Amino acid sequence: MPLNKVVITGMGAVSPFGVGVPVFLEKLFSGKSAVVNMRDKWAPQIEDLMCYVGAPLPEELDEKLIPRKFRKTMGKTAILAYFSVKEAITQSGITEEILSSGRTGVSFSSSTGSAVSTEQFFVEHIRTKSARSLPSGIFFQVMSHTSAANIAQAFNIRGRAISPNSACSSAAQSIGLGFEAIQCGKQDIVVCGGSDELHVTTSASFDMVQAASYKYNDNPTKTPRPFDAERDGTVCGEGAGCVILESEQSAKSRGAEIFGEIIGFATNSSGVHMAHADVESIAICMSNALRESNITPANVDYINAHATGTIIGDISEAKAIEKVFGSQKIPVSSLKGYFGHTLGASGVLELIGVLEMMNRDSIIPTLNLDTPDPECAGIKHVKEIENKKINVVIKNSFAFGGINTVLIVKRY
Amino acid sequence: MTEQEIIERIKNILVEEFEVDEDIIKAESNLYEELELDSLDSVDLVVALENEFQFKVDRTKDEEKLRQMRTLKDVTGFIQSKM
Repeated sequence: MPLNKVVITGMGAVSPFGVGVPVFLEKLFSGKSAVVNMRDKWAPQIEDLMCYVGAPLPEELDEKLIPRKFRKTMGKTAILAYFSVKEAITQSGITEEILSSGRTGVSFSSSTGSAVSTEQFFVEHIRTKSARSLPSGIFFQVMSHTSAANIAQAFNIRGRAISPNSACSSAAQSIGLGFEAIQCGKQDIVVCGGSDELHVTTSASFDMVQAASYKYNDNPTKTPRPFDAERDGTVCGEGAGCVILESEQSAKSRGAEIFGEIIGFATNSSGVHMAHADVESIAICMSNALRESNITPANVDYINAHATGTIIGDISEAKAIEKVFGSQKIPVSSLKGYFGHTLGASGVLELIGVLEMMNRDSIIPTLNLDTPDPECAGIKHVKEIENKKINVVIKNSFAFGGINTVLIVKRY
Repeated sequence: MTEQEIIERIKNILVEEFEVDEDIIKAESNLYEELELDSLDSVDLVVALENEFQFKVDRTKDEEKLRQMRTLKDVTGFIQSKM
């Protein structure tokens, strides 16, 4: 049975640049950084934190735009997801009838459920030794598949609802599984993406394993510094992103605008270490995605790296790219310097950036990459905007837990 | 506290915490069919009433009464029985 072609017919973004895809792309292409100092907010909560930089949303969301019936079971993670999905569905033109047909599913995830709601749950529970005073909706805010479940209910989606939570690889895996469901004819449309909220404990998780940036607390726009010799760790951000994946046949029958095609997806485990990115397994993952897409390294025009600015992770990714692509010298850049590491949302927000690069035939350089680390020197870094025809892009997305995910997108 | 005072305080809870449109709230309003509360809301409503009227619901003894509460008037009667 031939596999269905899978195309992208809608996009939505809530990012450290603001609400909506237009503001996200405008700020991204203007080279702005959304990273700010978080000391005032975080220092009172964790006294011995070293990292005081983050990339929060620049504005409060108008949560009341979500009907209370749905909002009461949403923590911030699901609320972020809701706004990105709303934008993507509107752009795609999918009707309520299609959403509830059973042929439309949702594949959406995050690192965890809402961290704010989890804090509220335990603070109240420990204070009162009771769970009765907590709002009844709190479990649905805390549960790991909160984004997928809340989206499915709020938009009356009656196809499959899956949530492959895999920390920073959550969105990429969600897109990959949605892609496979459509390829195999299980669904016609899948609402895909990821979300995560910024919480002091999130940054603390990176801080405690020496993966969070701390040397630029008073100069926040200078970090993270992917592949740079002076990098000192990542910067956590927050947001949500959504892409509507759809079979080519379904999109054409609706006359939908098509923004790109997903042609490959691979995900694997390093089998080596929970926290250290691993060259061999990343190379296997990229090779698997290339093989599935029936393309060779020579067909790839650009690689959008996961590169978060950590010491070990960036080296492992650079060496893996060098191993798979060898002397091809394909341009590589990372978007983390602009809006930090949006964790469970990073894979999809960065993919939306990639689609616009394809649209403009213009590669965004790695921000804060002044002097490449000699250990990362075997790849072709993009240090200034590079204008070239972009037809095929590799999007890398890796995560704690030894999870690697690779998507391949193609101009449609 | 008069029955009307109790009703007014419950109405206030429904408007402020459950975002029910004040104009549709009547003493005979069905909480679920007309005011569109659901099973999760009924749990939160009990906690809100406990805080507002300073009583404690005994979940084993009061379970049946709570299940039978359908209208604002029923809720008012339940509160009067606890005060």
